[in-house]
Amino acid sequence: MNTPQVLISINLIFYLIGAILMSIAWMSLRDRSNPKRLTTALFWFLFGIGFLFGDLMLMYLGKTLTHKLLGIIVMLLALLAGFNLLGGGKYQTEDKAKVDADKNASAQRLGNKLFLPAICIPIITVILSITGKDAVWGNYALLDPKNLTLACLTVACLISVLYACKITGGTPITAIQESRRLVDAIGWALILPLMLAMLGGVFVAAKTGVSVQTLVTLMVNPDSRLALIIIYCLGMALFTMIMGNAFAAFPVMAAGIALPFLIQQHHANPAPLVAMGMLSGYCGTLMTPMAANFNIVPAALLELKDKYQVIKYQIPTAIAVLICNIGLMYFIV
Amino acid sequence: MDLTSLLPLVGIPIIVLGFALKFNPLLVVVSAGLATGLAVGMDFGLLLETFGEKFMNSRQLASIVLILPIIALLEKFGLKERAQNWVASIRSATTGRILMLYMVVRQFTCSLGLISLGGQAQTVRPLLFPMAEGAALSQYGDLPEALRDRIAAHAAACDNVALFFGEDIFIAFGAVLLMSGFLKENGITNVEPLHIGLWAIPTGLCALIIHLLRLSFLDAKIAREIADYRAQLSTQTSTKTTANGGQVS
Repeated sequence: MNTPQVLISINLIFYLIGAILMSIAWMSLRDRSNPKRLTTALFWFLFGIGFLFGDLMLMYLGKTLTHKLLGIIVMLLALLAGFNLLGGGKYQTEDKAKVDADKNASAQRLGNKLFLPAICIPIITVILSITGKDAVWGNYALLDPKNLTLACLTVACLISVLYACKITGGTPITAIQESRRLVDAIGWALILPLMLAMLGGVFVAAKTGVSVQTLVTLMVNPDSRLALIIIYCLGMALFTMIMGNAFAAFPVMAAGIALPFLIQQHHANPAPLVAMGMLSGYCGTLMTPMAANFNIVPAALLELKDKYQVIKYQIPTAIAVLICNIGLMYFIV
Repeated sequence: MDLTSLLPLVGIPIIVLGFALKFNPLLVVVSAGLATGLAVGMDFGLLLETFGEKFMNSRQLASIVLILPIIALLEKFGLKERAQNWVASIRSATTGRILMLYMVVRQFTCSLGLISLGGQAQTVRPLLFPMAEGAALSQYGDLPEALRDRIAAHAAACDNVALFFGEDIFIAFGAVLLMSGFLKENGITNVEPLHIGLWAIPTGLCALIIHLLRLSFLDAKIAREIADYRAQLSTQTSTKTTANGGQVS
């Protein structure tokens, strides 16, 4: 093997995520105030397996068996979540007034310094991703070049957590203990993006895109340029809503409508045609729960009661932009 | 038309119905995957294998787990309270203005490719939302629960809109490369990624104007909601005091 040695490799990042998930599973198991503690712990444990042991399993069990076992885990995760077996615990203190007073006191004491570790995460990520591409540590490349942003984010998080500990006097252990509160608040939504990527994979294997393409071309009136543009933009938005991802919808709609009818028949200008088509897809992304990491995870992260509220607030903008987009395309392309 | 060519679409009604009837999304998604796979004749073992493989290959989507401990630690030590107090000290800060400023900066930096400068876990939860909420808190005092959620949802939405319609302008972004790759594959070789990026600007400006316009009404909406909430509270207390024998302290 001639792969260069990498210090912060994607595998190391997965071990780190796995370790955090396993700690959360362990803490959930020991939390007697949580009536669903056994199933909650099982859920995070099962989710953690793929991160902590995925590579080992590949090495010892081979591809087929590993993937099958993980497939079974995926089904179990869905069942645990589907039958509402995840619950939150009571965490550290129950005396809310005291917790709030403590928070206010330390907010007063630490002042604006509290912002610094939080701001460090994005700033260090960006600086590293611009300058750290070729950084080396002895004989090792520092950051995995194939997963540069993720490696940069990991380093940024490690630095920030140490910095946060230094400022607040907490420890990394406290940080992980505290993160259980957030993880419980997010719950199953944390896994939804992975599940959706998985569904996308099944759609690709089942050639769903081809079916959509045939279906859409059936509705096309090749002589009307406006109708073609409307179907192209709406099709991008709708198919993106189903796939949760404009990247998956783009090749289907571009090969089905944009290329044969708009470019070859109506001699449309390709650059604006594809750019605006993709952006029509993004309007769809704003309107669908299938784009979970943009729409559902944030709702969970902000502890909204209605998990669809972010989408509801994005729909007016999405529809308005989509209409503008159709108009722009008609006049520009 | 051959009906079997429609079989791969069987997952779509399952997803639409499942989400509409509010079943757990994990269950809905797995069911849709199972139905689609079985409908096109994949056997169960192969389907499980596909599930596992795709799951394994999308593990990087869980990277938010790395950020949570830091946010949680800082919140334990009063990050949220600090953000709120800090905003309260800026007299001209209102919820709507904070979100509008964030939106402009975020979309502009995204168009330069600085996408990881913000994000739902990185900036919205720990900084943007507490500040947007803090501005309303310092102006009105206690907020009704529904209003808190409304401000939170707006904060998340403005990050998404700014990201989506900013990043496509940047020429090295994945979508731009995907599009120029598609055109090249199909024999259209005279289109540079730069052209595609530039043609994302008109829509990007539309999105910016439309969303800023919506946010500019937010402060007035919040004021109206607070007025309604207070009116409701005072009718509640006045009926209560009457019930207590009209005692007013």
